[in-house]
Amino acid sequence: MSVTDQVLQRHGLTREEYQRIIEALGREPTTTEVGIFSVMWSEHCSYKSSRVHLKTLPTTGKRVLQGPGENAGAVDIGDGLAAVFKIESHNHPSFIEPYQGAATGVGGIIRDIFTMGARPIALLNSLRFGPLREPLVRRTFAGVVAGIAGYGNSIGIPTVGGEIAFDESYTGNPLVNVFCLGIVKADEIIKGIASGAGNAVYYVGAKTGRDGIHGATMASAEFDEKSAEKRPAVQVGDPFMEKLLLEACLEVMKTEALVGIQDMGAAGLTCSTCEMGSRGGAGVEIDVSLVPQREMGMTPYEIMLSESQERMLLVVKKGREEEVEGIFEKWDLHAARIGQVTTDGRMRVKNQGAVVAEIPTESLTDGAPLYRRPMAEPAYLAEARQLSLASLGSPPPAPEVFHRLLASPGIASKRWVYRQYDHMVRTNTLVFPGMGAGVVRIKGTRRALALSVDGNSRFVYLDPCVGAQLAVAEAARNVACAGGQPIGATNCLNFGNPERPEIMWQFARAVAGIGEACRALDIPITGGNVSLYNETDGKAILPTPVIGVVGLIEDAASVVRRVFRSEGDLVVLLGETQGEFGGSEYLKVMHGLVRGVPPRLDLEREAALQRLLVRGVSDGLVRSAHDCAEGGLAVTLAECCFNTGFGADADIPAIDAGASEFGEMAALFSESASRVVVSIDPSRVGELRAFAAEAGVPLAIIGRVGGHRLRVAVAGRGVIDEPVADAERLWSDAIGSYFESQRAIA
Amino acid sequence: MKFAVVVFPGSNGDHDAYHAVRHVLGQDAVFVWHKDTSLQGADAVILPGGFAHGDYLRTGAIARFSPIMREVNRFAEGGGPVLGICNGFQVLLEAGLLPGAMLRNRNVRFQCEHVVVKIEHTDTPFTVGCRQGQLLRMPIAHGDGNYYAEPDVVEGLEKSRRVIFRYATAAGAVTPEANPNGSVDNIAGLCSETRNVVGLMPHPERACELAVGSADGLVLLESVVKSVGQGACATAR
Repeated sequence: MSVTDQVLQRHGLTREEYQRIIEALGREPTTTEVGIFSVMWSEHCSYKSSRVHLKTLPTTGKRVLQGPGENAGAVDIGDGLAAVFKIESHNHPSFIEPYQGAATGVGGIIRDIFTMGARPIALLNSLRFGPLREPLVRRTFAGVVAGIAGYGNSIGIPTVGGEIAFDESYTGNPLVNVFCLGIVKADEIIKGIASGAGNAVYYVGAKTGRDGIHGATMASAEFDEKSAEKRPAVQVGDPFMEKLLLEACLEVMKTEALVGIQDMGAAGLTCSTCEMGSRGGAGVEIDVSLVPQREMGMTPYEIMLSESQERMLLVVKKGREEEVEGIFEKWDLHAARIGQVTTDGRMRVKNQGAVVAEIPTESLTDGAPLYRRPMAEPAYLAEARQLSLASLGSPPPAPEVFHRLLASPGIASKRWVYRQYDHMVRTNTLVFPGMGAGVVRIKGTRRALALSVDGNSRFVYLDPCVGAQLAVAEAARNVACAGGQPIGATNCLNFGNPERPEIMWQFARAVAGIGEACRALDIPITGGNVSLYNETDGKAILPTPVIGVVGLIEDAASVVRRVFRSEGDLVVLLGETQGEFGGSEYLKVMHGLVRGVPPRLDLEREAALQRLLVRGVSDGLVRSAHDCAEGGLAVTLAECCFNTGFGADADIPAIDAGASEFGEMAALFSESASRVVVSIDPSRVGELRAFAAEAGVPLAIIGRVGGHRLRVAVAGRGVIDEPVADAERLWSDAIGSYFESQRAIA
Repeated sequence: MKFAVVVFPGSNGDHDAYHAVRHVLGQDAVFVWHKDTSLQGADAVILPGGFAHGDYLRTGAIARFSPIMREVNRFAEGGGPVLGICNGFQVLLEAGLLPGAMLRNRNVRFQCEHVVVKIEHTDTPFTVGCRQGQLLRMPIAHGDGNYYAEPDVVEGLEKSRRVIFRYATAAGAVTPEANPNGSVDNIAGLCSETRNVVGLMPHPERACELAVGSADGLVLLESVVKSVGQGACATAR
């Protein structure tokens, strides 16, 4: 077969890669084989641009039971149990078809978790959209939220938290990153392995159709005005089928009749077949004519590349086949035997007995191309890092800034969103969305897990290394605020086109930052996902690494939320404010700017702060804790009051921001890192002081909980003084107003 | 006392109900698969929340054909206490054990949050331990909870005192603002003519422990224990 450039381009393969295929096979590939190589060597499946950098991340630790390379990572959480978790992106499909794109993103990550033998108990998501004033963005936003709700709610896994941010760069390329966590007995983790010659290979779940063919390749290309034509490459989800698969698979796993199991996600049957074989050092032989099909006349190429959802591939121990088939029958699922494990290390695909593809599995997985792509510091950076406050003119009145920040969709309440997510099913949710890190208890133990996903892409844009460190620090800090000791992390790295040196530079610097922060905070990365080519018409998104951190709470009864609890409690700031406006919400909302350098981060001080928080919460000393992030101290104090009926009276120190006029603004709205607002009983202030001194964490008593007004003074001068209810209304109604009234649309 | 928790394919409140009965209430509970034909001698039946059969076609429309529903019918006819929660309530409506139907929520979105319901009548096995007018804070989690019945049917329900739960404000006022989904007359739940079959949209089984937000729902389960213990509900009143 002489392959044309057109064929190669359609498969996203270069001429050099095609040569490598010929070398791997020792001959020209068949059409089916070209398809198989194209999806397995796509960026999405092979990580060919990112792998050299990802290898530098810390992935081991005393609690790590499973690091990267399996369907999900796992950490030991005591009581003989493991937490299995991962985050994954579904960005490209969610732009093309928001509801189904987001729904199938949820479905995919859930399968990754139960494939490990774990029962999924919590979902979180990290979303990025363009500005809500754009009608197209509102459609995408509403569709994505409904899709996440539609899938997660039906299957009965609570969505317990997440984050949403907005920036123009996401208008044509929204980000949908979904995190899932499950629980399994530590010694019952199941892997995606095929081994034992002669063991049967089973296919179970939805029938294979023509949907999603080349989804993995699509996710490895940029968008342009023709992207809508790619709609057929987005799959349609069926949460009911997945629910049946989930329950049936967990039941089958209890029998110990399985050798291995893997879901068919990106690259479908192709990926599951060769990855299972590769991991087990075995070969797998299947006959596509035995695969249950939804449509007539599908070719082996189409069957191998289909990304139809809700399908699993299983290897069953010899002699246990009937038992396994029986369990699936109970759930009205038909397990079809489509092949067997072999000893020759090859993936052999037959069609009614005739071989249509035969490829060494290694060449598809570990043998995939590996690129050390050229890197260069982006041209924008030197200029964008310059920030002169003096050039901004006189700062606006503080109350005006305060109100505009509270109503900014990035800061405003996300209730409109999480109200659509069932966050209580399974009755484990101790901290609801909007109240801090999501916290779920582990039934049958005293423990609970705190979960947070975070990332501030403006910071990463202005300094990828520090920005990524800040993302790790924030996610871990959020978990610590609930009283959770961070014990593991997963990352989802969303960037532009890696073939451009400046994007590759952003990526490499961000991964370096994540590695450094995770080492300093002692949080291993147990897996994750890379999404590249997030560009539309040649314009990349802000670089967006999202970090998900899992924190272990020893006593579920000690957990705290963001909100004040009692009249008369003291309000304490842990950490120190500096005059840091680089990449802040203040600059973005008030001046439309993304400029300057991100806040400084001292990882040792951050670690000390987090240790102090975990100790303070578990001792019952800290009664509420809220991370100080977007919008600074003023917004944080307000959020500590919202949903409580309490007000607060605070006096915070003035800050030297370089430009004297901005001292007050800095005190109120600077986004310095490593700060947390806590409340404590006045009688215990001595204890907290002692703990803080021991940890080397700066502590300032800045106010008292009480009344119904929020009063904030800077160095004794009152600047904000209004009923909490008024501020709360602005914050509560902001997002819904884009959807409930025509007024906002005009 | 033994509760049977029916498991339809797509049920997802089954574990919640089981946990509440077994580990909070301290009573016996068994899962009963929808293809089974025996309720295993249970004293009360719970049809849990979820999306039975994916809620394809209509919520609860396929579940009513499950083999176990013949047993549930027979059990109900014999006066046995049956509680349908959320999707279970929808199944009871489809099965004709309770009158009316569910429409999409007024705002056409899925809605999950705590609401307050007012106990209208205490003479059912699930409310016998309540006070009339008592307010319970329980979560809702549904997309189709907008209860509808023809005006004459609603009138009949009111006359026969079969509206058992109504959405109310925290102060107990039954107002349009307190109605989360558009249900006619703020109806959150009702009972059968014989009063032993009760369905409601809020989730009492998810409101049995303060740690998860509210323990107000426990009284409904305690009520049925009391009721069965007294043998009071074995015969319809």
